[in-house]
Amino acid sequence: MFTSTTFASILPEILILVLGMLVLIVEPFWKEEKRRNVGWLTAGGLLAIMVISFLFGQPGAPTSTLGGMIRFDWLGFFFKMLFMFAAAATALLLMDNEKVGHRGEAYLLLLASLLGMNLMAVSADLVMLYLAIETTSIPLYILSGFMLADDKSTEAGFKYLLFGALTSTIMLYGFSLVFGFTGTTNLYQLTDMFKAGSLPLVTTLGTMALILVGLGFKVSIVPFHFWAPDVYEGAPTPVAGFLSTASKAAGFAVLVRLFFVTFSGFAVSWTIALAVLAAVTMTVGNLLAIQQTNIKRLLAFSSIAHAGYAMIGVVAFSQLGAASVIFYLAAYIATNLLAFGIVMAFSRVTGLEDVKDYSGLSRRSPLLGLMMLAAFLSLTGMPPFGGFVAKVFVFAAGVQAGYVWLVIVGILNSIIGVYYYLNVLKSVYLYRMPNQDEENHPIPLTRPYAIALVVLAVGVILIGTVFAPWFSWSNAAALNLF
Amino acid sequence: MNFPVLSVITFTPMVAALIILMLPAQRKNEARGVALAAATFALLLSFWVYFSYDQATAGYQFIEKYSWLPALGISLHFGVDGISAPLVLLTGVVMFTGVLISWGEFDESKHLSAGIQDRPREFFAFLFLLAGGVFGVFVSLDLFMLFFFYEIAVFPMYLLIAIWGWIQTREYAAMKLTLYLFIGSVVSLVGVLAMYWLQYKNTGILSFDMIGMEKAGFSQAFQNIWFLPVFLGFAVLGGIWPFHNWSPDGHVAAPTAVSMFHAGVLMKLGAFAALRVGIMLLPQGAHTWSWLIMLFAGVAVVYGAYIAFVQEDMKYMIGFSSVSHMGLVMLGMSTLNRNGIMGAGIQMFSHGVMTALFFAITGMIYDRSHTRQIPELGGMSKVMPFATIGFIIGGLVSMGMPLFSGFVAEFPIFMGVWQVQWLVAVIASISIVITAAYIMRNIRQVFFGPMPEKLEGHMGDVTVLDKVAITTLCLFMIVIGMFPSFMVPMIQTGVENVLRLLGGS
Repeated sequence: MFTSTTFASILPEILILVLGMLVLIVEPFWKEEKRRNVGWLTAGGLLAIMVISFLFGQPGAPTSTLGGMIRFDWLGFFFKMLFMFAAAATALLLMDNEKVGHRGEAYLLLLASLLGMNLMAVSADLVMLYLAIETTSIPLYILSGFMLADDKSTEAGFKYLLFGALTSTIMLYGFSLVFGFTGTTNLYQLTDMFKAGSLPLVTTLGTMALILVGLGFKVSIVPFHFWAPDVYEGAPTPVAGFLSTASKAAGFAVLVRLFFVTFSGFAVSWTIALAVLAAVTMTVGNLLAIQQTNIKRLLAFSSIAHAGYAMIGVVAFSQLGAASVIFYLAAYIATNLLAFGIVMAFSRVTGLEDVKDYSGLSRRSPLLGLMMLAAFLSLTGMPPFGGFVAKVFVFAAGVQAGYVWLVIVGILNSIIGVYYYLNVLKSVYLYRMPNQDEENHPIPLTRPYAIALVVLAVGVILIGTVFAPWFSWSNAAALNLF
Repeated sequence: MNFPVLSVITFTPMVAALIILMLPAQRKNEARGVALAAATFALLLSFWVYFSYDQATAGYQFIEKYSWLPALGISLHFGVDGISAPLVLLTGVVMFTGVLISWGEFDESKHLSAGIQDRPREFFAFLFLLAGGVFGVFVSLDLFMLFFFYEIAVFPMYLLIAIWGWIQTREYAAMKLTLYLFIGSVVSLVGVLAMYWLQYKNTGILSFDMIGMEKAGFSQAFQNIWFLPVFLGFAVLGGIWPFHNWSPDGHVAAPTAVSMFHAGVLMKLGAFAALRVGIMLLPQGAHTWSWLIMLFAGVAVVYGAYIAFVQEDMKYMIGFSSVSHMGLVMLGMSTLNRNGIMGAGIQMFSHGVMTALFFAITGMIYDRSHTRQIPELGGMSKVMPFATIGFIIGGLVSMGMPLFSGFVAEFPIFMGVWQVQWLVAVIASISIVITAAYIMRNIRQVFFGPMPEKLEGHMGDVTVLDKVAITTLCLFMIVIGMFPSFMVPMIQTGVENVLRLLGGS
């Protein structure tokens, strides 16, 4: 049965596949020095796909399509839009990275991984889910280790692969246990079986824990976070940005669907477990971030901490909780991509990646300095940037659910965050360059950077001021979970 | 009244900040010109709000309400009452004079670099973002928006102090200030969220609207738990003892205009929010804990004055005197009676104008003499007579002399405190003596003492713009002192509302 609903439910994925093919076909026809233009094609294509999906691919009432493999609802749709936006921005940021962006394969891998993420967001079946997760991960392993001549990049790719393979095997084991106990792999059928209470509690909790290992790796919550700093440091910067935003959000999409729907019958047990994990994640991420001198490692630990904040919304286990997680991820994706984009633009020209190298940036390039200000204040959680509203929403959801202690932990952590984020801004605004004449040389922004960074910066401010539309979309998505 | 005057006041500085940022970096005077124009416009509007506020009808006026996020009951809800209208005017005045004295003058041959000469474009942009946040807090009737603007008012302080501050302590002071204020505000935030959800549970209304929340009927036990975190969280910004430590450090490190904003307006923000959210929304909790607030405030009044007395650095002296005077504001609030709260309202305005003036003049002296150590200064009355008169007027206000605004403010506070606990009033009044001592000592040494040889010949008079700023600030202090009816009846209308919420008195 291939109806129009079925078609609409996988419309973006079909188009992404077409775009990927197009990238493959077109690339050899361009001369080598022009191959970066594949980035324009990718970003433009993704933008077109977003528009087409928005016009023709909007979901109605939640339905299952393709034999129960796909769940066609607003939750998946909103996440898909976020992923495609992130991928388009990443494609632009890749373009002027000589070692990566001048080869067409990079864009193909990006699209392949995007395809997997989109499917992660809509999977309604454990088999589909596992395939989607692997489709996401494998291209990202390659992209992380893309710079063959660079030891750190190779190390990043290898480390990511090993950790990823290990955790996904454990998760697969959990999936197979679920199938063994229940005889079904469909998430929505599982919900009813779990609710009926036909399974012993210990087995369910055990399988839940196994699955959590795989997802915990994806969203990088403690104690599955060890890979993140090394991989972010070694991987090409735009890829690291993509890993820390879209890939993490994809993990959350699965996490929310699994725990809010499939395991909803056991909410009493898992909310407490996740609350503890969230508290530990925030604290470890922030405390380790304080000592970092490399900006990419700093952002890596900060992204671990942010997974913890977002987790507060999951722990709340309410409609507002789900909506606040989704809103948080939207704000976080724009913010962190902006931060990584600036790091990329800066290190491309200077080749430097330490926090202290950013001294004098606001004198050198006032615009870049201001964007850095927007990104880092948004990460801190200051208005009028997206991070503030997002944090207030997850905290509100936490207080509503009665997790006041977790919110207090979150707040203490935000205070630690203020300290190290402001330390970066101190370099940007306060310190001078060792050689003050160099301050007269601004950092040139090529066109793809300028477009991507300005769009992201405007997005960060829009999410933080005109938050009503974003929130109502997040809310519509959250509604599908209950 | 169709003209949305309050949102125009709030967003004027923010729009001006954007315009200033778009100017080329070299066009320093254009940036200053735009800043001055925007500040003047905001000042005129705030005058208009102040004078067209109808005292007969009282209550919240100039109401504007735009639904912002209906799903969670967040709206852009603006309005002023008798307490916030003077504070809006105060912000307008401090913003206007702050821009004037930041204009400064620059003469390389004389080693003279007054005002802000390094990157004035960014300076005014951040300063105006802060000003917009301050206006927003004073006019917001929606708790979410109040927080939104509150945080906007806090974070530019970090940059303003860290970039343009006094090189020796600016990094330390800026970070300390930001952390203190951030901790305070998020602690209050948890309390506010708890209030929000309890209101939802009690009434089924999902709303951050403060007027609605006044009727939420929170239980005694709930108010007892949450009053302290909410009140003290905000009061940190009001410089309440024992959380006042960030404040003098911040004053000293900040550039002149930022010190003026900080002491003149930002500390009022804390006191105002503590009143609005703490006392007005959790009145039963206020009754339970008022003794503790009174204790803290009483200590701040005397201790602040004493520490100010032993300072050698002029800015530290004024910084601690601010702690002492803001302690009087909190002391007035803690009485929970008519006299005390009214005095607190007037003191907020009076102290704002007075400290802004003190910091402005200290900045003028420092820019020309490059020292703030009181023993190293002297004879300023000869070179800058205008500033001398200004400082003396400020000093008289500070000491609470009749015919000046300080008297109009402090007298009701002490009356109110006496009604509650006469002993506190007696002890707190010691501060008046100490204040007189350090102000007199400072005037004698800095303005009339012999001029040190080092400074001889290097010192010039203040600029015309500086004089305009001094005159503006002095006018307010004298007008309120001579004609209390300029402000007292207005604040009284606001106080009536607070008393109604506190259950009569």
